[in-house]
Amino acid sequence: MTRDAYTWLYAIASAADDRPDPGRLSGVAGERPRLLTSEGLAAVVGSVPPSDFDATALQQHLQDPAWLEAAVRAHHRVVDVLAQSSHALPLRFATLYHDDQRVLDLLQQHRRAFQAALERIAGRMEWGVKGYLDTAHRPPDEDADSTGTPSPGRPGTAYLLRRRAARDQAGRALDDAAERAGQIHRRLAEYADEATEHPLQSAEMTAVRDPMVLNGAYLVGRGRAQGFTDLLADLRQAHAPALRVELTGPWPPYSFVELPTTDGGR
Amino acid sequence: MAQPSPTSSAALRQRDVALVDLLDRVLAGGVVIAGEITLSIADVDLVRISLRALIASVRSIAGDQDGDPP
Repeated sequence: MTRDAYTWLYAIASAADDRPDPGRLSGVAGERPRLLTSEGLAAVVGSVPPSDFDATALQQHLQDPAWLEAAVRAHHRVVDVLAQSSHALPLRFATLYHDDQRVLDLLQQHRRAFQAALERIAGRMEWGVKGYLDTAHRPPDEDADSTGTPSPGRPGTAYLLRRRAARDQAGRALDDAAERAGQIHRRLAEYADEATEHPLQSAEMTAVRDPMVLNGAYLVGRGRAQGFTDLLADLRQAHAPALRVELTGPWPPYSFVELPTTDGGR
Repeated sequence: MAQPSPTSSAALRQRDVALVDLLDRVLAGGVVIAGEITLSIADVDLVRISLRALIASVRSIAGDQDGDPP
């Protein structure tokens, strides 16, 4: 293999699976993804040019929103198609190797670990659940209103009292929402095979002004997906005035892949 | 980015995926298998900065459709 291309890793699947031909898809560099197989395992890879994907070039591209979005979506598209129709371990964006041989070595060295990881996620998909404190539908703050009754001689004091009451109430509402988020997560985690929580996203990231209080991910068997969404509907209703709950998915099991990591150079 | 998408169901699915949710998984979730040139990019401040710029620019393109429900 020459060094005119690096090898980008999308996913690892069982070679026995009846999977779609990844060559119909377009990868992160517009390349046609392909399969590398080794002893029952298949890596879905693409050849990408070092001029765009060596460490320096990649760092620069990552600062270009248009480039990053296109590449992230391309990576996901390849992974998603595989995960929908077969069992595939999705890899994180920017998992790169110098050439195909390194990937083949990887498959060989960690064959058992990959097979165990494939078994863990077999027949399961990931669901995302986000919860927000619902400020739009929060009941009006009676305390603040009554405190806010103008006291003739001291408008400044009344204003400060009103501000403090509003702040206290907002704090209580957030505490309440976080508590409810914890309850929802525990119920969903009991139902799911595995569960994890992602860091909460800031309002800046989500474009939602309401504070996020839950960003959970749940690994659920395909046959139990309906039960999961039914349970979520119940929980959504139970916590409706205080919390707004959103469902995303099904996703490839991005959040539930634990693979062997090797040391930096080897 | 501006290239027209074919009207296949896969393309429709793709457009529906919110970028912020995708980044949660593709960048922050999953795994990196260390190779000589694997970047652990989710840990780099640079990426957080570029993600903010990314989200902001995507939002301005997409308009206000993610705003408050009616």
